[in-house]
Amino acid sequence: MGPSALEVEELWAGYNGHVALEAVSFSIEQGCLAGLVGPNGSGKSTLLRTIIGLKRPWRGRITVFGQPPRKSLLGYMPQVEVPDWSLPITVLDVVLMGRYGKLGVLRRPGKADRIKAMEALARVGMADKAGRRIQELSGGEQRRTLLARALAQEAPLLLLDEPFAGLDAPTQHELLHLFQGLRREGCTLLVATHDLSCVATHFDHAVFLNRRVVAFGPLHEVLTEEVLRQTFQRHLLLVREGEIYAEHD
Amino acid sequence: MPSMIDALIEPWRLEFMQRALLATTLASITAALVGCYVVLRGVAFLGDALPHATFGGVAVAFLLGGNVYLGAAVAAVLSALIMSLLSRRGLLKHDTAVGMVFIVAFALGMLLASLRPNYTYNLANFIFGSPLAVRWDDIWVMAGIGGALVALLLLFWKEILVTVYDPPMATALGVPAAWVELGLMVGVALAAVVGLKAVGIVLVMALLVLPPATAQLVAPNLPVMMAMAVALGALASVLGLYVAYYGDVSPSACIVLSAAGFFLLALVWRHLRGRRARSP
Repeated sequence: MGPSALEVEELWAGYNGHVALEAVSFSIEQGCLAGLVGPNGSGKSTLLRTIIGLKRPWRGRITVFGQPPRKSLLGYMPQVEVPDWSLPITVLDVVLMGRYGKLGVLRRPGKADRIKAMEALARVGMADKAGRRIQELSGGEQRRTLLARALAQEAPLLLLDEPFAGLDAPTQHELLHLFQGLRREGCTLLVATHDLSCVATHFDHAVFLNRRVVAFGPLHEVLTEEVLRQTFQRHLLLVREGEIYAEHD
Repeated sequence: MPSMIDALIEPWRLEFMQRALLATTLASITAALVGCYVVLRGVAFLGDALPHATFGGVAVAFLLGGNVYLGAAVAAVLSALIMSLLSRRGLLKHDTAVGMVFIVAFALGMLLASLRPNYTYNLANFIFGSPLAVRWDDIWVMAGIGGALVALLLLFWKEILVTVYDPPMATALGVPAAWVELGLMVGVALAAVVGLKAVGIVLVMALLVLPPATAQLVAPNLPVMMAMAVALGALASVLGLYVAYYGDVSPSACIVLSAAGFFLLALVWRHLRGRRARSP
């Protein structure tokens, strides 16, 4: 096993006394494209929010590249419902926000930041829409804008919350292609999704979560009927198609 | 047309009109800038509540013979803090906390005012505004608070932008989003303080909401929206004072109604543009 990009040990977290994460422990090697898989309400978003520091854990330990989590190490893409898409700002304005962490207080984004932001937009296929008002974006374009913002953070570990939800098949395919490219460049990605078939066919690692970690590791080791049953419980209908499992949520 | 030009210049030959113009322009510019946040965030209720909350402070200052602006500022900032504390950790909804705190502060002001009936007339000036009675030292205070507020807004522009757009991301980027939110509430409170004498507690909300709402209808992006809101606020002040001067009616009401007139014009413009775009 290579050096780990992310290590989570005995992590407990929840809301108003209700447990959302129960003794969650797992690790992800550097340079992995890892899926964080589980049904709705399994704690995927809570886990990402806790790693990024948006939510304080009840207890447990998180290390990123052997250190406590730092904003320069983590790029984050929230679920698309979180930001306010009614603001009169442009796609480029949003992507430039990804540079704020590097700028510190009072400094404005400069030319170099604009170039980085435009590069990030080009990678998600949105360069021609940089000047577009965010109110006019489709759901898929909103997701790609947020992804470009996460890329503009230039962090070695990317945490992405449901980037595929609501995307059509060709766009989904383009994103997967982009993820694989990022991994080849040495980036580590942890992608929360309930789209099991997508993970099964395109990812190399997975963390199966249902409040607690059911299994984690290389996909060919952890993708078993037993793990799927424990993760999805009655939400899953298994159809064996060679080595690929189809999901019914 | 010398008579037309004379009519345009005449009001400004009077010093009290010059002071009124300066005061209302300062108030409307400050309110318009802060108001962009109020309108975009959809917190107009806050823009109504915080000005009302200043009344408690104004009454205390009157009773103790202290500085009215200081009293108003302390009351507004304290109210903003208490609203924020009460709505933290889901104890109360933000809206509920705002509604409770402001009315308590306002009631406190009324109670104090009723202790000394001879104050009631003076205090009424703060409720409905009296731009014609503004003194030069009022203007310096207004310019000081307003200038500081505008400087802070421009200085922390990017922190404010990311907090309004996506608060969790702001936190993830190391921006103290909760403090920025609180700072913006305090900003609304201070904009109310600036407008206290010029347009009064009741009408200051109109300056917070009308020019930015008008600008939002026509501006293509945020910087233009802010610039337009400022221009519209200033224009409403000038126009309102003209109407008040020649019609001998309440200046603060005229300023607010001018701002409302601009809003209606923008609405019509948008409607016509939409029709033109739809027609082949």
